[in-house]
Amino acid sequence: MSDHAQHLQQLAAQQWLIPFFPLVAAAIQSLLPRSARRLSATLTILAMGMSCLLAARAFWATLPVGEQHDEVARAFFNFTWFRFGTTALEFGFILDPLTAGMALMVAFVGFWIFVNATGYMAEDENFTRFFCFLSLFAASMLGLVVANNLLLLFMCWELVGLCSYLLIGFWYFKPSAAAAMKKAFITTRVGDIGFFIGILMLYQHTGTLTLYNAEGTGALQQAGSLGQLAGWWGLSLAGTIALMLFIGAMGKSAQFPLHVWLPDAMEGPTPVSALIHAATMVAAGVFMVGRMFALFTANAGDWVMDFVMWIGCITALFSATIAVAQFDIKRVLAYSTCSQLGFMMMALGAGGLVAGQFHLLTHAFFKALLFLGSGCVIIGTHHEQDMRRMGGLRKYMPITFWCYLVGMLALAGVPPFAGFFSKDEILVATYHHNKLAWVLATAAAFLTAFYMTRQMFMVFGGTWRGGQHDAHGNETTGHDEHHGHAHHEPHEVSWNMWLPLVVLSVFAVFMGWLGTPWLAGNLFHHYLAPEMPAPEHANIVVVLSVVVGAAGILLGWLIYGRRPMQHAAEPDPLAGTLGGLFTVLNRKWYVDELYEATIVRATQALGTLFRAVDKLVVDGILHAIAWIWWGVSQLFRWIGDELIINGGFDAGCESVRGGGRLLARLQNGRVQTYLRVMALGAVVLVAIYFFR
Amino acid sequence: MHTDWTIYLTLLGVGVIMLLPASSKALIRCVALLTGLAGLAVGLADYVHYNRIVGELIAATGSGFVHVRDVPWIPALNSRYHLAVDGINLPLVLLNGFVCVTGILFSWNIEERTKEFFAFFLVLIAGVYGVFLAMDLFLLFVFYELAIIPKYFIIAIWGSTRKEYGAMKLVLYSFVGSALVFIGLLAIYVAAGSQTFDILELAKTPVGRELQFWIFPLLFVGFAVLAGMWPFHTWAPTGHVAAPTAASMLLAGVVMKLGSYGCFRAGMLLMPEGLELWKWPLAWLAVVGIVYGAAVAMVQQDFKFIIGYSSVSHMGFVLLGLMTLDVYGLSGAVLQMFSHGVVASLLFAVVGRMVYDRTHTRMLDELGGLRKTIPFAALTFVVAGAASMGMPGFSGFVAEIQVLIGAFRMSPWLAVGAALSIPITVAYILNANNKVFMERDKPHGGHGHESGNGEHEGHSLPPITWPEKIAAVILMALLVIVGLYPSCLMDIIKPNVELFLRGLS
Repeated sequence: MSDHAQHLQQLAAQQWLIPFFPLVAAAIQSLLPRSARRLSATLTILAMGMSCLLAARAFWATLPVGEQHDEVARAFFNFTWFRFGTTALEFGFILDPLTAGMALMVAFVGFWIFVNATGYMAEDENFTRFFCFLSLFAASMLGLVVANNLLLLFMCWELVGLCSYLLIGFWYFKPSAAAAMKKAFITTRVGDIGFFIGILMLYQHTGTLTLYNAEGTGALQQAGSLGQLAGWWGLSLAGTIALMLFIGAMGKSAQFPLHVWLPDAMEGPTPVSALIHAATMVAAGVFMVGRMFALFTANAGDWVMDFVMWIGCITALFSATIAVAQFDIKRVLAYSTCSQLGFMMMALGAGGLVAGQFHLLTHAFFKALLFLGSGCVIIGTHHEQDMRRMGGLRKYMPITFWCYLVGMLALAGVPPFAGFFSKDEILVATYHHNKLAWVLATAAAFLTAFYMTRQMFMVFGGTWRGGQHDAHGNETTGHDEHHGHAHHEPHEVSWNMWLPLVVLSVFAVFMGWLGTPWLAGNLFHHYLAPEMPAPEHANIVVVLSVVVGAAGILLGWLIYGRRPMQHAAEPDPLAGTLGGLFTVLNRKWYVDELYEATIVRATQALGTLFRAVDKLVVDGILHAIAWIWWGVSQLFRWIGDELIINGGFDAGCESVRGGGRLLARLQNGRVQTYLRVMALGAVVLVAIYFFR
Repeated sequence: MHTDWTIYLTLLGVGVIMLLPASSKALIRCVALLTGLAGLAVGLADYVHYNRIVGELIAATGSGFVHVRDVPWIPALNSRYHLAVDGINLPLVLLNGFVCVTGILFSWNIEERTKEFFAFFLVLIAGVYGVFLAMDLFLLFVFYELAIIPKYFIIAIWGSTRKEYGAMKLVLYSFVGSALVFIGLLAIYVAAGSQTFDILELAKTPVGRELQFWIFPLLFVGFAVLAGMWPFHTWAPTGHVAAPTAASMLLAGVVMKLGSYGCFRAGMLLMPEGLELWKWPLAWLAVVGIVYGAAVAMVQQDFKFIIGYSSVSHMGFVLLGLMTLDVYGLSGAVLQMFSHGVVASLLFAVVGRMVYDRTHTRMLDELGGLRKTIPFAALTFVVAGAASMGMPGFSGFVAEIQVLIGAFRMSPWLAVGAALSIPITVAYILNANNKVFMERDKPHGGHGHESGNGEHEGHSLPPITWPEKIAAVILMALLVIVGLYPSCLMDIIKPNVELFLRGLS
């Protein structure tokens, strides 16, 4: 074993430290009093900083060194959790480029989001609890990333979901937040049925849930042989398991048709949206598919990869259309997140593991940037989220504006920003795989550029439209005077809120260059998957993607930039052009209503039916038996007791009474009679004694 | 090992309480608590001991049993006073100890006829200990009946909502179950030549296949009635709802386990061939119960009915695990008995003691925003709810995943069917959580409307008391310990399950 391999081995055994620090921080904070705000925030940020350093060290170790260019640097460390059935259940940690890159991203982006959160949550009374949940979330997400065991991964996956539930509903007293937290958890849990069944199948057929082990019998190391066995629905066994796992990923990564929870999850505080619903948790699904990629590709004849690609493609386009017609600043970003996750899935489905994971990383940076930026906007405008009541913020919030612009350009795929390169990789991979999917994805890219431009102009362009509460027509001047003028003028946010934006912006600008074929032949590809051939480059894809991005921005400028919105009550210019379609898009294609009318209603009906069955049938039979029993008893009483037995009883009573009279006569107090009876008795006894 | 002392100490406690004057309530409570702790201590000591020796024991004797007491009892019937411990019943003895102690702590506020309450409570506990330990069918049956009588009085006297109906229904169901069991037991006894009631002896020479075919369902269903098997489950929700908190905890926590334990010990052990013939329909009944219970829980408006139906759903996992006849499924079933015992106790404590005793309503629409006024209750409910919905890190997950692995080996469709309950479970737990502890825009129901302001009225709720907190922490700690370190129970369960399966084949 070479020195390098030994070093990796050592680091793998220490991978648990990465989630450990935030976990300890969460534990300590759960004991802190509510007033320990500063301590709580410091702890969270310090712990995340430690994780970040450890992740960086691990990342550094996985960088290709010297001649080992064709092999993935992979090390793992397994230990026994408990004896489980006939075998020991092992848990373990892994260190390979996929994990190292992801862990570094999560820890780094998370760190800056936490810094931002100290500002965003500054006025919340439950500040300490918020940071406790954030730490716990970070710990579980990092645990998910470093897991070398599907069960451990699943456990962290569920914990991530639980933290997300708690954080979405952080303002639980808002009914909308309470509904959103429930919806998020249940929807992802629906996907988890698939994940769960996938785990069971994998265990059933490989006898282990450890992904890699030294003997080469890990679940993923057996993927090849699983690919040869037949599974369900014309898939190989590996393909069936992969499909099941993918259903789990669809829930977590908000893929159509399980995407409905993500936009509602925006009810949580904005740093939560940035951390969970943009940068990390929703990326867990994509990461998991990447982690289990060997199963997806085990049998080339399986349709599971096409399924992944088409789900991704549909999600990318579908969500992008919805984003066009939203007015809530965070909802636009939420649907854009859905759409981008769709891009990643599409890349994976098209065989582009590297492209998908690369977009995952770059997207985390610029989407966190955008969300934090929107958080700054919300704070700067005193908790306004409706873009129609913003405008002109460029003047009031210059730092936020510039950073947001960087994020927007990155998302819209403008060269040379990060999103351009990663999205380009995806489009190339899809182009080689399926032309129709590529066309649809390019359309989605066009819409992305368009809706982001729309958002930029609505929020930062034009003039300030806040303070015109004309929808209700009762914006009183008295209110204004009472609270002072400054209360309605937007303002730039404090340094701890904008500093993370600046840091993330730097990455949003430069990070894409790591994955470009024009710089040292795609560094990221060589890092992540040196054994895979790099996709051939296609100029038409690049050119078209630039053109489409430019067209989207141009159209956005034509509609929203040239003549900025003057008044908050003004209808969206697009609403006039698109007519009814705009309403349909605004109402998100009525998917929520559809689910409400079908699945929710059906499940409720089933429950009601079963309850009725319990009341009427099960208890009905029971009560019927009870009544019959009672009736039979009554019958017995009337026919048996009253007529026969009681009749006899009455007669018996008479005879007893007669006997009583007879006996009474015996006790009449006459001594002679007593003596007579005694003598008779004595005779009888003697007779019995002798003739016995 | 002295596990039999759990029974004697508990009955001794009953005796002491009977002698105390009814007016010294504090003393009675303390005696009851001490009694519970004594039983628990005996159980824990034996657990530690057994855990250490189980490996050697099996290697030396080929059996996991430690015979605690084995003396002739009724010579005319060849019935013996035979108590024994193995890795299957020891976790349940422990569970009974924990539920007893925490149940007493959660009943600290019982003011009405305190003396009788704790006396009945402890008699029930003693009966349950007896059932778990008895290795003689006749003795088992006696203890089984001993456990049923106090249930009736506890519900009928200290209960709420239609308590007479609930108590009557529960007891009738129990006795119908007992009748089936009794017929089954007698049939086995007679068929085996009336020589012995000893389970381990009878297991060595199973009765004929024909007889097993008829007797197995009789015996199994008789016990399974008490385990809440669909469609004989309707006693459970009504009984739970009518019962006072401690009784609900006992009912769901341990009494339902009496049923599943009886299914295992008397039904499956004695009639392997009947089991083989009947396992498919029974496994499907279990799956139906899992989904059915969850679906009904989702549409309930009464907080306690939700938990009651969730018990039906979760006990379905136990029965399903038993039917898999697989080392995973069976171990999972035993662990699920323990896990559900703890979860259900905790949930009923939250509903009955923490919420209902304070707000005097259990209707979801009348509650709301309690997280603000009694945050500890909210925390407890989230933890218990998470465990109930099978969140990893809690005991329920470790148990259910093993049951599902076993079911999957039997037939993937069983596992798929049972897995359908996963999102439904999440839905009803979260729905209850939202409606009771969050969303504050509802009028706060129940007592004291004088302020007329929901929010202020909420503040007037009495805070969570120390006995409640201690008990809740004990149960929550159990959930987490077993969830994170399942070996603590699996190490004793698994070898015994393996022995059982080896005996079957």
